[in-house]
Amino acid sequence: MSDKGTAAAGGDGGSPRQPSAARDTAADAAVVFGDAWRYAPAPEGRDHVKIAPRYDLFIGGAWRAPESGRYLDSISPSTEEKLCEFAEASERDVDLAVQAARAAYEKHWSRLRPLERGKYIYRIARALQEKSRELAVVESLDGGKPIKESRDVDLPLAAAHFFYYAGWADKLEHAFPGRDPRPLGVAGQVIPWNFPLLMAAWKLAPALAAGNTCVLKPAETTPLTSLLLAKIIEEADLPPGVVNVVTGAGATGAAVVGHPGVDKVAFTGSTEVGKRIQRALAGTGKRLTLELGGKAANIVFEDAPLDQAVEGIIGGIFFNQGHVCCAGSRLLVEESVHDALLLKLRERMATLRVGDPLDKNTDVGAINSRAQLEKIQELVAAGEREGAARFSVSCALPQRGYWFAPTLFTGVAQSHRIAREEIFGPVLSILTFRTPEEAIEKANNTMYGLSAGVWTSKGSKSFWVAQRLRAGVVWANTFNKLDPSSPFGGYKESGFGREGGRQGLLAYLEVD
Amino acid sequence: MATFGNGSGATPGAVGQGRGITYPDFSSPTVDKVMVEERAAGLGKRSIKGPAKIAGLKLAISMMDLTTLEGKDSPGKVQQLCQKALRPHERADIPPCAAVCVYPKLVPVAKRAVEGSTVKVASVATAFPSGLSTLEVKLADVRQAVELGADEIDMVIDRGAMLAGEYRAVYDEIAATKEACGHAHLKVILETGELGSYDRVRKASRIAILAGADFIKTSTGKVTPAATPPVTLVMLEAIRDHAHATGRRIGMKPAGGIRTAKQALHYLVMVKETLGDAWLTSDLFRFGASTLLNDVLMQLEKERTGAYQGGDYFSKD
Repeated sequence: MSDKGTAAAGGDGGSPRQPSAARDTAADAAVVFGDAWRYAPAPEGRDHVKIAPRYDLFIGGAWRAPESGRYLDSISPSTEEKLCEFAEASERDVDLAVQAARAAYEKHWSRLRPLERGKYIYRIARALQEKSRELAVVESLDGGKPIKESRDVDLPLAAAHFFYYAGWADKLEHAFPGRDPRPLGVAGQVIPWNFPLLMAAWKLAPALAAGNTCVLKPAETTPLTSLLLAKIIEEADLPPGVVNVVTGAGATGAAVVGHPGVDKVAFTGSTEVGKRIQRALAGTGKRLTLELGGKAANIVFEDAPLDQAVEGIIGGIFFNQGHVCCAGSRLLVEESVHDALLLKLRERMATLRVGDPLDKNTDVGAINSRAQLEKIQELVAAGEREGAARFSVSCALPQRGYWFAPTLFTGVAQSHRIAREEIFGPVLSILTFRTPEEAIEKANNTMYGLSAGVWTSKGSKSFWVAQRLRAGVVWANTFNKLDPSSPFGGYKESGFGREGGRQGLLAYLEVD
Repeated sequence: MATFGNGSGATPGAVGQGRGITYPDFSSPTVDKVMVEERAAGLGKRSIKGPAKIAGLKLAISMMDLTTLEGKDSPGKVQQLCQKALRPHERADIPPCAAVCVYPKLVPVAKRAVEGSTVKVASVATAFPSGLSTLEVKLADVRQAVELGADEIDMVIDRGAMLAGEYRAVYDEIAATKEACGHAHLKVILETGELGSYDRVRKASRIAILAGADFIKTSTGKVTPAATPPVTLVMLEAIRDHAHATGRRIGMKPAGGIRTAKQALHYLVMVKETLGDAWLTSDLFRFGASTLLNDVLMQLEKERTGAYQGGDYFSKD
């Protein structure tokens, strides 16, 4: 192993004739990111996007006004502009949705030949691809994420999920040979605001392929793409009631989860709410899968390809403003390369473009809601109070909307709140370790266990570390890679059950 | 050779001894193929529109080394190429190219043709493109090109030596070539298409920089693949780390395979976001290209008039 000098990663002996001397103070000023060549605004057009002034509930294949007559506002977090109103479903509305799902399950969906079920799901997948540009714009407007991400990640992955599970619909016997797989019935699915459409796809696609019918409840800050998906499902001519979308806030979600006619509950969201759901469901006989929070360790060894590790760290924490349950929010870096890595990280952060989510060159968009912004601010203040050193990118943030500059903390200890609690924002906590054993101990020393990353140029070391990490996904020399064929889910307070892959079907099937 | 063992970097100032000369430490960081390619592709997604596109394309023209390196090159061909470099288009707002790049024999022709202008004459040398002559022949090649008036020398490294792990031999040749260049600027061609890995590209970059290169350059244009975005990114990162360590700014020249305005903008984005403002000048960044110029001109005219013009509206020299 090399000594601390490796740090310089490309650490330099100066010119050959004066080996160690030439390290002048001008060196730091050599690389400056300024405006010598400024990118012009490159806004994605929104003329082709039609957002209705008001959305009702999608129940039994029809759009119904909520019984209470109450509507909530959907706000664009980047401008605080009101995009539209959407219905707030009450217990009574949820009851209608569950009844519609039950009727559809018994009359149509469970009697349909599996091959035909698959055809419907393929149809949804194709429609998502056809409408991907419109859906991407709406996703960015409603949720604040950069169009680059909704266009290149959310939409393609959402379609891929439907394509993937459509293929399983008539092959369930092959997925679980000799175990007589049977659907569960009605699935109540409550999804979060960080990947609204993608999470809807993660929930609906396997449930439908397995032969269940669904009541989907999107988050109250990001209902729009679920409602547009409901329109797609309507146009795809699915039997009425196979998919129902009920919008609203926490009470609506609780009504879905608590409805006695629901056979299976799938929830993605905060650990706090997940615990409440598990308590509420105890003894009811309902099946449950939870995909909750995370505080992933991203472990960088001194032999790692540092420049690429920097990309993985940046993507790991700033992708989707850090609103990612599998975000690499704890960077564990070997002491010997800490300084070099920090220099590279700070320099790379200087090139991040924060701003209008619809600008095609935006890297970091808006924080999803005022409430989330306040939570991030509170935890960052705690980090400062507890003595960690804060560095935030100095970038101009828009006047309106909810924004938080990409931030990192150095000198973080395992005992700090910013090392233990999920911030769910663009805030990285950097800790150091000395040996691989210490790295693993610190990585596992969390109540979560959803994902982790390991960076080393030694293949055997990646496997050695991955085997010892208690995390559902471990990425080696990369981060945040997701694929419909790969199961995803957590250990400990990150939840249970797996989504994606053959394993993802099991959450929606009864097997012998 | 212990210092070559660990790919993760070097102790600054560490030296090795050999042939009575003091060598710097050539060890350099490892590069991960998947992520470096992903990063380079990511930078290709920048959307460069309107004024940024126009400014970028004009900048690209001012950074072009207009190149002809064929066995059939004649004085007439080179004169015409020089005219194109001096005045790429009739529009007054379009700058001349940075240089013309020719074989040594044609340097005097190019020199006369660009006299009194800002356009430089670059000459390939050192038994281009293979570099497989004796050092004496290669150095004589360089000295002659400089005597004939070349402002810049584009040398090739000994890829055989690089692949055989004879890093000191590679270093010695570059250092000797630099000395032979005298006042002429030295661009060191790594011929990345023959190096086989990003790790070796990164190491060769470091060796060339330490041996005295003013520029490092990807390719001769005679080997496929030539310049690619990830290879260029690896070299830019080597340049950046050297600048951080020493304050010294080394230039970069991707060459070969860059044919479209869109590609050129992708490279400029990589430079802007890896090395920053200081490198956005022909003093520190060049494109080696023979057919890129007309596509850039076509895009500039499209920005001005709103319509694409046919190929025959642009001179082919």
